[in-house]
Amino acid sequence: MAPQISTLRRALFMPAIASRFMAPSALSRSFSRSADEDCSTFTVDIAVQFKGHNVEPPAQVVETSAKELMKFFKDMSRMRRMEIASDQLYKSKLIRGFCHLYDGQEAVCIGMEAALTKEDNIITGYRDHCTYLGRGGTLPEVFSELMGRRNGCTLGKGGSMHFYKKENGFYGGHGIVGAQVPLGVGLAFAQKYEKVKGVTFALYGDGAANQGQIFESLNMAALWDLPAVYVCENNHYGMGTAEWRSAKCPEYYKRGDYVPGLKVDGMDTLAVKQAVGFAKEHALSKGPIILEMDTYRYHGHSMSDPGSTYRTREEISGVRQERDPIERIRKLILLKEIASAADLKSIEKEVKNEVEDAVAKAKESAPPDPSDLYSNAYVKGYGTQAFGCDRKHSTVVLP
Amino acid sequence: MTVRDALNSAIDEEMSADSKVYLMGEEVGEYQGAYKISKGLLQKFGPDRVLDTPITEAGFTGIGVGSAFYGLKPIVEFMTFNFAMQAIDHIINSAAKTNYMSAGQISVPIVFRGPNGAAAGVAAQHSQCFAAWYGSCPGLKVLSPYSAEDARGLLKAAIRDPDPVVFLENEILYGEAFPVSAEVLDPSFVLPIGKAKIEREGTDVTVTAFSKMVGYALKAAEILEKEGINVEVINLRSIRPLDRATINQSVRKTNRLVTVEEGWPQHGIGAEICTSVVEESFDYLDAPVERITGADVPMPYAANLERMAVPQIEDIVRAVKRACSRSARGK
Repeated sequence: MAPQISTLRRALFMPAIASRFMAPSALSRSFSRSADEDCSTFTVDIAVQFKGHNVEPPAQVVETSAKELMKFFKDMSRMRRMEIASDQLYKSKLIRGFCHLYDGQEAVCIGMEAALTKEDNIITGYRDHCTYLGRGGTLPEVFSELMGRRNGCTLGKGGSMHFYKKENGFYGGHGIVGAQVPLGVGLAFAQKYEKVKGVTFALYGDGAANQGQIFESLNMAALWDLPAVYVCENNHYGMGTAEWRSAKCPEYYKRGDYVPGLKVDGMDTLAVKQAVGFAKEHALSKGPIILEMDTYRYHGHSMSDPGSTYRTREEISGVRQERDPIERIRKLILLKEIASAADLKSIEKEVKNEVEDAVAKAKESAPPDPSDLYSNAYVKGYGTQAFGCDRKHSTVVLP
Repeated sequence: MTVRDALNSAIDEEMSADSKVYLMGEEVGEYQGAYKISKGLLQKFGPDRVLDTPITEAGFTGIGVGSAFYGLKPIVEFMTFNFAMQAIDHIINSAAKTNYMSAGQISVPIVFRGPNGAAAGVAAQHSQCFAAWYGSCPGLKVLSPYSAEDARGLLKAAIRDPDPVVFLENEILYGEAFPVSAEVLDPSFVLPIGKAKIEREGTDVTVTAFSKMVGYALKAAEILEKEGINVEVINLRSIRPLDRATINQSVRKTNRLVTVEEGWPQHGIGAEICTSVVEESFDYLDAPVERITGADVPMPYAANLERMAVPQIEDIVRAVKRACSRSARGK
């Protein structure tokens, strides 16, 4: 057991950003307004080497702009705030059932969005709040849904694990571990069938990575040349079980065997952007590819899991200190003198207010109408009867 | 004793008594069980007998059934029975049917256990009740405990039984404590499979229920007692074999029947009980059989909708009153 722990420790604490950090010169000057518009590009080195399996990795340099970095910072800060607020709401019992938080993993969905369009599809498991936001969902829709209100993204009927936004290519939001992957391959199948020049990204965790259906659908994706990309968000723990206790081979980017793979530092937004752009290209021209995102979740598996019985508090705080995705972008912004520390603080404050407003609004909003119990069971009900718990007391005809 | 401790002690005692019994499932070992049912077992019996599996139900269920073919006595834990759908082929085709297909050569002494039905706010994919599906399958035995006594006695019976047993627990009941006698606490304690329990004797109407709904039926009975209706509550304990004798005997006494279950109505447990009574005790019925079930919809998340989707005590009270409102035929 000990050797594997130290290997993981080494892997988790790999140097995040190059050590050439410099204090910015004019801390008091406000840069951010022009920075938000500045699209002029420059390149940044990706610190951690990509590792390829049966594929030549993309370049270790990625193009970005001040505008993009500022957007990364704001969007990830918003996601972080949202998840922290969700934690508090769950503890106040305003969110019920299951609540799986994504804080720590923001770089994966933000990096993905930087390389994709709405023509591409994303499908994921139950840790979907940030993915939903990335695909164009709004904070009020999130909090209303989490609190089971009518104006939630799924009318209050889905809850935390079941967010969707089909018009933006987000297909959920799934509760059964691994099931979303064949569904994602199905989306890719449909894209090819309809001759749409888009790709489907099917996200799953290290816990799901051993599921048979993942390999069954991978075989078909490769056999039928489907535009599917598998993204393993490896946060190293499947609920309480570390990767070395659940997988004989925890090198998930290699598990596709005949399907190529790429290992990516999932805490580096720019690395994710580079890898995802590369994977999209690959899927459209050469077939499926697996991306393994080396990432980390600060919270436990869900709000019922303290997250500290199977990993140490030092490990968690260590990752927060060395590899936090938002801190890395902050450091890069300051290094490049794109904005000042004060500017970034004010963005964080802005985002905090956004979240607080959305929470307050959601708290005031109404629960679903009782008639919503029966809505959307079918598209076409053919006049069939649906019964409530007491069939003589409550019955409805489904149109 | 809580239901949780009842289950834990039952598994502990049976594993101590028989070295062929072992436990496998997700988080059963180091995590001490997702719902702490297997707390302390890894420490006591070691990793050869308490196995943490990857999240791969189809695979590990197949492995469990295969080991049972060879003569081991696995207890396969599903974190919830919703996830067992990934493994249902092995439960039905590999476990339930094999003794029959092999003409008795290969028996399958396996227990599949875990929480079944709705919890609180866990939405559509985590709230289904599987009693009716498994209950219709020949070759399987299907048990569902309510009290701590049920949990201990039925789980021990299941583990000792030579046939595959689906053991449907309830997450909400895990923390509930029930008084238990010294007899129940004894390691030799076991309950018979296929026998229901008259949880509360009554004269006016029979109410059948299993698992959490037994508690609801008992509460409804207290409310109805104040209104002069004397309810007999039957705790089914065994879904398959179903104790038709006890049910029919009760209905022949009370002449009225209300069935209660959490699952969906069509082809549900109540449907089978109703038919059994119509077939065997038709002339004794003074009123149509009433069914209280889960609503005919996937489980919604919002609290107000969820309350409408799962039976409430007032639903049972209402149905009992309807069953009792008709006077006996010919009077």
